[in-house]
Amino acid sequence: MIYRRIFGVPGWEARNQFSELDNMRRQVDRLYQGLFSPSTRPGAGVFPLINLTESKDRYTVRAELPGVNSTELDIQATANALSLSGERKIPEEDGGAKYHRRERESGRFSRVVSLPGEINPDKVEASLVNGILTVVVSKAEASKPRQISVR
Amino acid sequence: MTDSKEIKVKEKQEVTTPAEQTIPGLVFTPEVDIFETEKAITLLADIPGVKPEKLNIDLRDNILTITGDVERPEGGDEEVLVMEYETGRYYRQFTLSEVIDQSKIDAKLNLGVLRLRLPKVAKATPRKIAITAG
Repeated sequence: MIYRRIFGVPGWEARNQFSELDNMRRQVDRLYQGLFSPSTRPGAGVFPLINLTESKDRYTVRAELPGVNSTELDIQATANALSLSGERKIPEEDGGAKYHRRERESGRFSRVVSLPGEINPDKVEASLVNGILTVVVSKAEASKPRQISVR
Repeated sequence: MTDSKEIKVKEKQEVTTPAEQTIPGLVFTPEVDIFETEKAITLLADIPGVKPEKLNIDLRDNILTITGDVERPEGGDEEVLVMEYETGRYYRQFTLSEVIDQSKIDAKLNLGVLRLRLPKVAKATPRKIAITAG
């Protein structure tokens, strides 16, 4: 009985403590990743924030632009960059309106997104749906991956 | 038109825990404007990416709850290179101090902005009270 109390029980406790430590380490790791990994750090500090994805023959740039009209948006493409600029307008409400909260911002914005490879500036398609801008850019022939057959 | 300023970049505000979530995922607080006129309270919320059928507005016991789900827009063959913002659910709750006429609530979703008009019931609209000197 004594044997069990001394060796059996502390053994369990020790294992639990280790897993607790493991958990903590994982949480700290996640925190550090969030702070320092380049993929999750908010961009160049320029509005709008973008997400960039790549597939075989195109890049896709997405940005959240709620309340921006497509007529207020200007997109330009060069050989390896996209420039997004425009203005977000928040129309004035009728005179009698008393504000409780005012968190939404209006103003101009302009941002250049450099793409990791050459693109074809003539093949750029943009759509603005539910406040999300999606720009699909075709890669230039030179930067598309090529199937190489092994003989 | 006055000189318009540059928009500052802001990270989306993640909600710690509104309540236990049944579906795992990120939850964000949408930015809102709320203003009041004599007749109604109007709420504007930025919820980019929420489709009208995925938006849920609920008003009961003076608590207004807005929930909007955003589906991941990336296609299956896309590899993420840069991720500056994340998507998930939008969630926000407000307690209304005024009595709202539930039957006349009007919600519009345009360009990722929700515009919700909550008309006050006639009883709650302020009346001018005449004071007679005596």
